Amino acid sequence: MSLREIFSPGPLPPAHLTRRRDFWLSLMGIMLLAGLLMGVERLAGGYWVHMTCLAGIYLVLASGYNLVNGVTGQFSLAPNAFVACGAYVTSLLTMAPAEKALNFILEPLVWPLSVIHLPLGLALVIAGLVTALMAFGMGFTVFRVRGDYLAIVTLGLGEVIRVVANNAQGVTNGPLGLKGIPHLTNNLWWTWGLAVVALFVLTRLAKSSYGLALKAIREDEGAAESMGINVFWHKMLAFTTDAFLEGMAGGLLAQLITTISPSLFTFFLTFNLLIIIVVGGLGSMTGAALAALLITFGGEWLRVVEEPMSLLGLSVPGIPGMRMVIFSLLLMACMIFMRRGLLGKSEFSWRWLLAVLSRRGPRP
Amino acid sequence: MDGTQFLQQIINGLTLGSLYALIAIGYTMVYGILRLINFAHGDVLMVGCYLAWFGAVQFGLPWWAALVGSMALTALLGVLIDQGAYRPLRTAPRISALITAIGVSFFLENLGLVIFGGRPKAFERPEIFNQLYQIGELRVLSHSVWVPIITALVLAGLLWMIYRTRLGMAMRALSRDLVTVQLMGIDTNRVVAITFAIGSALAAAGGIFWAMKYPQINPLMGVLPGLKAFVAAVLGGIGNVVGAVLGGLVLGFCEIMLVALWPEMAGYRDALAFVLLIGFLLFRPTGILGQELPS
Repeated sequence: MSLREIFSPGPLPPAHLTRRRDFWLSLMGIMLLAGLLMGVERLAGGYWVHMTCLAGIYLVLASGYNLVNGVTGQFSLAPNAFVACGAYVTSLLTMAPAEKALNFILEPLVWPLSVIHLPLGLALVIAGLVTALMAFGMGFTVFRVRGDYLAIVTLGLGEVIRVVANNAQGVTNGPLGLKGIPHLTNNLWWTWGLAVVALFVLTRLAKSSYGLALKAIREDEGAAESMGINVFWHKMLAFTTDAFLEGMAGGLLAQLITTISPSLFTFFLTFNLLIIIVVGGLGSMTGAALAALLITFGGEWLRVVEEPMSLLGLSVPGIPGMRMVIFSLLLMACMIFMRRGLLGKSEFSWRWLLAVLSRRGPRP
Repeated sequence: MDGTQFLQQIINGLTLGSLYALIAIGYTMVYGILRLINFAHGDVLMVGCYLAWFGAVQFGLPWWAALVGSMALTALLGVLIDQGAYRPLRTAPRISALITAIGVSFFLENLGLVIFGGRPKAFERPEIFNQLYQIGELRVLSHSVWVPIITALVLAGLLWMIYRTRLGMAMRALSRDLVTVQLMGIDTNRVVAITFAIGSALAAAGGIFWAMKYPQINPLMGVLPGLKAFVAAVLGGIGNVVGAVLGGLVLGFCEIMLVALWPEMAGYRDALAFVLLIGFLLFRPTGILGQELPS
């Protein structure tokens, strides 16, 4: 029996009949997640807490990115710009003025930023809004072009943001970056809280009439336009929503690693997210979430290839950097042999899970 | 800025622009035929540099032998990439091929890091390119004289090939309509392979002259020249070899003049290419030469 047969559930019950049951199942799922997080926080060491936070952040980044690339079909390569923007804004707003003065030794921080000191929640929302505003501005140029030109323009804008971060010393401290960003002790709850909210909002958005319009644009832009969909503003909606979420996730990322510099936000970051959404299936939110977990934890597991090991008495030296080689091969293989990724364009649903579980034995 | 300085900057711009042009030709030829942005082009350039470095330093080859050997091997690499990674996706959506190209690019970069290590290697300038001519205040390195000459020769050769040979005719036809050309009994895969070979060999040459100008090579050296050369190809009108050279020269001059006229803006030099790109795409998407893009 092939994998596809194992996981194909046959006819599903209509969604409106199972809505109440699905709601309770989702609630139970969230409670289970909370229990797991509590377990990680109490029992596992700091390393695992760090990894779980990172996985949550990647989950938000990837599912937001998927809204633009997968659902709307606009191949943007700009998420590194959004993450950078969110990380810088959050850090500048939450660092204590004394800490900022210690950081900015070459050129003092510009005035209003040098005295502002805000609680994290507010800072994150502001970071999201600023990033969304930036995306809004970028959208006017980006969505003049399509397809691979759009990819190059967004890649270029990402590069421009990095160059600006390197040179606008009065705001970003240039290549030195920011150090001593307050480390958030309960980052686990912030991150996964954001992840649950983001996933909820994004799956609902993808299912709503707006989401249908976005998918129509992905399938055929001209046809969508002739059906009366305002293509430009719908693309803009996806782009700014993505930017808002990525800005907030970027802020949490800065709080997690406590040191940021422009070199952190290169195309490399975008590449990681691209692998995640391709593996998860371009267009599937739950696929992106699943792949974010798989790639983050799988990447840690892959560290064995970089460490020296002994195979059957033979000692094999570790090869540093080998993980990225494997990841790039994974991306290529995914595109050539498994273009649908894990979930294709479909979403995980309780109806599907229950149907698969309740089926006994091979189907006739 | 006085006259001599201005002339000096013109020469600098001409050299840099010619280097961009050499790299941009490969981009524009592949895009013209397959409508594929070959993201890995810059990294193919990097591999070419390392091959030349190995030839010159490890095997003690004379510089011209290292150059020719590296170009040949890099051409082979280009063909292998096309056959292995792009050919299975010929009929797939264009975005799939683009994602694969990004994968190839990262693969080459990281394999380079694993094999060659991250530490930059010194790249020696051969004697013939290292002579300094002094005319009054003006100082010109023979490298700056040779590079534009070589680019001009390459351009002339390519134009002859594209407009005067059967292979060139096949290429021009392919850029119009791949399927129809296939139906006419032309071995399209062979033509595409030759295109990749030529583009990659030129990337290797461009990379090696680039490494002679900034005498250092590292596994990530191809990223920025690659991206900028793509911008140059778009600037000139993508799919057009003359346009690629023109775009390369324009980009080279603009970058040099930005730094020369406003030295305090030097940090923003790498962003200039993308600002130019966005400006062009907004106001003249067909590039300088303005050829209509077949969609």
